[in-house]
Amino acid sequence: MSAQIITKNSDLLEKFPQYVKPDERTGYNGYVVSSDHLIDVARAIRDELGYDYLSSVTGVDYLPDGLMEVVYHFFKSSGGPALAIKSQVDRNNAVVPSLVSLYPGADFQEREAWDLFGIQFAGHPDLRRLLLWEGFEGHPMRKDWHEPYYEEDGKPFKSRWPDGKISLAEDKNPFHKNIAFPTGFDPDKWIPDDDSVLYSNIKNIISSEDESGLKTDYVIVNMGPQHPSTHGVFRMVVALEGETIRVLKPVVGYLHRNHEKIGERNTFLQNMPYTDRLDYISSLSNNFGYALAVEKLMGIKPPERAEYLRVIMAEFTRISNHLFAIGSLLNDMGAYFTPMLYAIEERELILDIFEATTGSRMMCNYFRFGGVARDLPEGIYEKIHDLAFERLPRKIDELDLYLTNSEIIKARGEGVGVLTPEDAIAYSTSGPVVRASGVPYDIRRADPYSIYDRFDFDVAVRYHGDVYDRYLIRVDEMRQSVRIIQQALTQMPKGPIQEGKPQYVVKVPPGEAYGRVEAPKGELGYYVVSNGKPNPWRYHVRAPSLINITPLEKMSLGNKVADTVIILGSIDIVLGELDR
Amino acid sequence: MGEDLNKPEYEIPPELKSSVSITTLDRIYNWSRRSSVWPMMFGLACCAIEMICAAASRYDIARFGMEVMRPSPRQSDLMLVSGTVTKKMMPLIVRLFNQMPEPKYVIAMGACASGGGPFKEGYNVISGVDNYIPVDVYIPGCPPTPQALMNGLITLQKKIDTQSIREVRWYKKGASETIPVPVLGPDIMDPREYDLIRQYTNQKLQNIDDPAAQVARQEKGS
Repeated sequence: MSAQIITKNSDLLEKFPQYVKPDERTGYNGYVVSSDHLIDVARAIRDELGYDYLSSVTGVDYLPDGLMEVVYHFFKSSGGPALAIKSQVDRNNAVVPSLVSLYPGADFQEREAWDLFGIQFAGHPDLRRLLLWEGFEGHPMRKDWHEPYYEEDGKPFKSRWPDGKISLAEDKNPFHKNIAFPTGFDPDKWIPDDDSVLYSNIKNIISSEDESGLKTDYVIVNMGPQHPSTHGVFRMVVALEGETIRVLKPVVGYLHRNHEKIGERNTFLQNMPYTDRLDYISSLSNNFGYALAVEKLMGIKPPERAEYLRVIMAEFTRISNHLFAIGSLLNDMGAYFTPMLYAIEERELILDIFEATTGSRMMCNYFRFGGVARDLPEGIYEKIHDLAFERLPRKIDELDLYLTNSEIIKARGEGVGVLTPEDAIAYSTSGPVVRASGVPYDIRRADPYSIYDRFDFDVAVRYHGDVYDRYLIRVDEMRQSVRIIQQALTQMPKGPIQEGKPQYVVKVPPGEAYGRVEAPKGELGYYVVSNGKPNPWRYHVRAPSLINITPLEKMSLGNKVADTVIILGSIDIVLGELDR
Repeated sequence: MGEDLNKPEYEIPPELKSSVSITTLDRIYNWSRRSSVWPMMFGLACCAIEMICAAASRYDIARFGMEVMRPSPRQSDLMLVSGTVTKKMMPLIVRLFNQMPEPKYVIAMGACASGGGPFKEGYNVISGVDNYIPVDVYIPGCPPTPQALMNGLITLQKKIDTQSIREVRWYKKGASETIPVPVLGPDIMDPREYDLIRQYTNQKLQNIDDPAAQVARQEKGS
């Protein structure tokens, strides 16, 4: 079972008897640590217990208890289950020490918790809003904050069920739009922020560098959010000396579609189609992680055939994602659209299988709690078989032959955007990014879930940590995915695809669960808290794209602008997941 | 030349039929415009991936003369709003729209761009891009398949065919007005709606029972 939580770790309790207590709420695991000693405990967790990988940081608003909780999930980069610690503070004065000095990977996650929950992280070097803009009214993930179209806390809404009426949310809003303003607000007196803090921070960094040596002129350039090589609406503010990057600050949130707030209004099953739209290139992997998290809460397991179908679909997703990633990386390098056309040709064949099986090309909505939605239709098994045994191995070799030894790709990629293994772990990167830096951290092996322990496959690792290796590792991983699909097709038994009857409203017992999968982009984690109601109390997505760009500045400094574009391309971000 | 272009309603001598076409000015003007619509390379979300697929070999929008995607709004005729429009992104979309030269068209691709889609209830989501910029064609779907996108493009071509050079807005005086760029305040603010906002927030201020209004009144008084 994936991501088990260590419940008994006597070392931690012995070392800090006064301020580490086991979490004794029913359905909860891990430890509660008082916020005053969080840094000491975290240091001991990292240096003495060896949990060097901080996977997820998130807030939970326990409104009835008046508490704001910060939940941390630590892992060992050598593999094994999680160590979860929590820190509880008063809702109205939520201040928690920042862990950025120990785990730099906490940077964006703490900023997100400040943005959405209003939890202050004391000692954070740059605590600005992450997803929304400075000046936005309130912290939207707080339970007592209501969106302009607010109707009720949880679905199904009484106006729609059991005898639903058609009504437009616009008609109930005084502006006939999705907006709301605080009482007595005067728009004429409003001064927009326009990223003033961000720009002054950059100017400070520049001026502190100026003190030694000759004075240099810097140019501040905004790349994005409308830019052909930022893979969507991603924005980087860079300070340039000539063409060389001196400061780079990512600005995200241009596609923040409130996945988590909507997710807490929805019922558990209603969230499944929303997870498709996180990383919209690999929707089936997203389904996988969410299904695992909720199944862990419910304590059920899917039948054998469903497990195999899940693995086949998830691995096809990985291949289609990596094809797309390689295609767009080559686009960024200047091989305009030709490799992309080859990649999309194969991807279309995989999408055909998805469309036939799930009913949709991209938004598959295929997984259910305790199974999958449909079995393979007639004739599709043969198609999958052909693809996995004949066509894909040949086409991956072809891609390899055309691209890997290309002089241009080597010249552009080798030694560019290097990420050392120590940094890769410290910045909590995952997926191809961490493995291209020489860390063999693959959750399918490190903390096996579903039936991955039955298959014979290698964890692809490359050791230079540059753009070229991040390209190579995707080719390697496609080969391994084909191997897994081949084995799964051979072993797949006949049988039911759903445990029990399919249900629209599932009964989820109170408790918390953290389900994580090795998505094509990295570690995709779902932190779900249930209080026994039809809607999740907390629904958090640990998005690999967001956390993988934390070291972007470090990788880009000293490189040229054109290199930053391919460094970003080699990380392979998807904005739907990054901004959620 | 397309068959529909050559409609002379006028007798051409048989010996000239192979080398001469007679058509109206409107027809040739619209035919040349609709056969080379240059979309802006502008992807917002999931729909952008289907847009890329539509440009790739299986679906190939080059058949419409639309494969020339321009990264700059100043070189493009068509804005394909492909994905969820958020409040944080909206000022930039309006600025991009203002930067596009006439004649310009907007296609709202997918449920989100047309009306908010599955994310409509979200606090950072615009319920349809047509709240701020004019839309010519709406394409349903989440995301629309490449076929649906192509149907939308054909619909746009039909719309272009109905226009007349004598009546189009971009040859009229002062017709091409810029849309005021929304401001990011406590929520997104359309400069055209400041009066409405002020009126409503003051109305809320008068509400005696609302504790938030009491606090705000005291602040204003002091």
